Amino acid sequence: MARDGGVSCLRSSETMRVGIGGMESPPLDLDDVHVLAVDDSLVDRIVIERLLRITSCKVTAVDSGWRALEFLGLDNEKASAELDRLKVDLIITDYCMPGMTGYELLKKIKESSSFRQVPVVIMSSENVLTRIDRCLEEGAEDFLLKPVKLADVKRLRSSLTRDVKLSNANKRKLPEDSVPVNTSLPPPPSPFTISPDSSDSSPPSTISPESSDSSPPLSPVEIFSSPLSSLLDDEDDDVLPSSPESSPAPEESPVRRQKMGSPGLD
Amino acid sequence: MDSLAAQLQMQYRNYILSLYQQGFLDDQFTELKSLQDDGSPDFVAEVLSLFFDDCVKLVGNMARALDQTGTVDFSQVGASVHQLKDSSSSVGAKRVKGLCITFKELCEAKNYEGCVRCLQQVDIEYKTLKAKLLDMFMFEKQIVQAGGIIPQVDIN
Repeated sequence: MARDGGVSCLRSSETMRVGIGGMESPPLDLDDVHVLAVDDSLVDRIVIERLLRITSCKVTAVDSGWRALEFLGLDNEKASAELDRLKVDLIITDYCMPGMTGYELLKKIKESSSFRQVPVVIMSSENVLTRIDRCLEEGAEDFLLKPVKLADVKRLRSSLTRDVKLSNANKRKLPEDSVPVNTSLPPPPSPFTISPDSSDSSPPSTISPESSDSSPPLSPVEIFSSPLSSLLDDEDDDVLPSSPESSPAPEESPVRRQKMGSPGLD
Repeated sequence: MDSLAAQLQMQYRNYILSLYQQGFLDDQFTELKSLQDDGSPDFVAEVLSLFFDDCVKLVGNMARALDQTGTVDFSQVGASVHQLKDSSSSVGAKRVKGLCITFKELCEAKNYEGCVRCLQQVDIEYKTLKAKLLDMFMFEKQIVQAGGIIPQVDIN
């Protein structure tokens, strides 16, 4: 996965035409859709990657418009000749990105001779009609409102495998409801006082090391807590959660010592 | 053993429902859960872990930007708020997202004290959510260890 924002996927020329031992390239089939996803947010990249993989796409995820152009060979330095086998079937990009916006990336792609035919889909968390119109006018195939759902990606996917010009189908995603602007503060959270670590209940004796069949290296709890160990207790306190009530007061839910990691404010 | 698993499952269901009812989570979280399967059993945990990393980083950025002696660059604060709004939206962190929407307006209004207060709330909110979700994962672990399967919770 493109955790570091770099290119995470082999180019088609490397995967399809390996000449070692006379390996033949597999026949072109539904699984051969290659999508280039562009988003500066790592969280969003992981999610869109998952959505695309579930719909049987190969995914390359990059963190900026510049990296996308670099990958496509459209940046000024690379000669495009060596990349004539690069196969990208869809480009899906976030709109708001630092440096180069999705709109600017769209324009550059549509200006290129090698990739102007590739459908480009824009994603945005903001439902701004002028923005949507501008992107569609510049040649975007579709405009998706974030957070993107599996249904959206499935729809895109089926449009790709159908050999129908997308301009005849629904071009604009019309969201059912516009994004509401929350002008009032949400109700304050239940007072969450910081209590000293009081996890004195002993862990259930049946806890055993990871023994599931498809055992991942880390359990969900460990994956979840390990990068943020500075915010949590270092000890692995397996506290049995008390029966949850409708209003979880701190005393009733397992207490985690939370250092209100000083964001410089008092 | 069966009754322990069943009891845990019931508690788990109630716990999940309460998280939705209290507005901690919205249906984007449901969507994320639906993307998890046996082939990617830790998908939700991974995404959430990255989200909370984001929170730490972005809250730090906002705090630093607001801590400037002299003029505060509200657009810089706003940029981080925008990113956090997007991340929280993507994982279904409803309260955090709501706070970010308010926060964004405060940045645009260059309301310094409002921003500082809002930042404190954001800080509390994401940490609260993190604790709750950690409990959720603990529940799941215990259900599995008691020999049960993690129930799909229908929030409708």
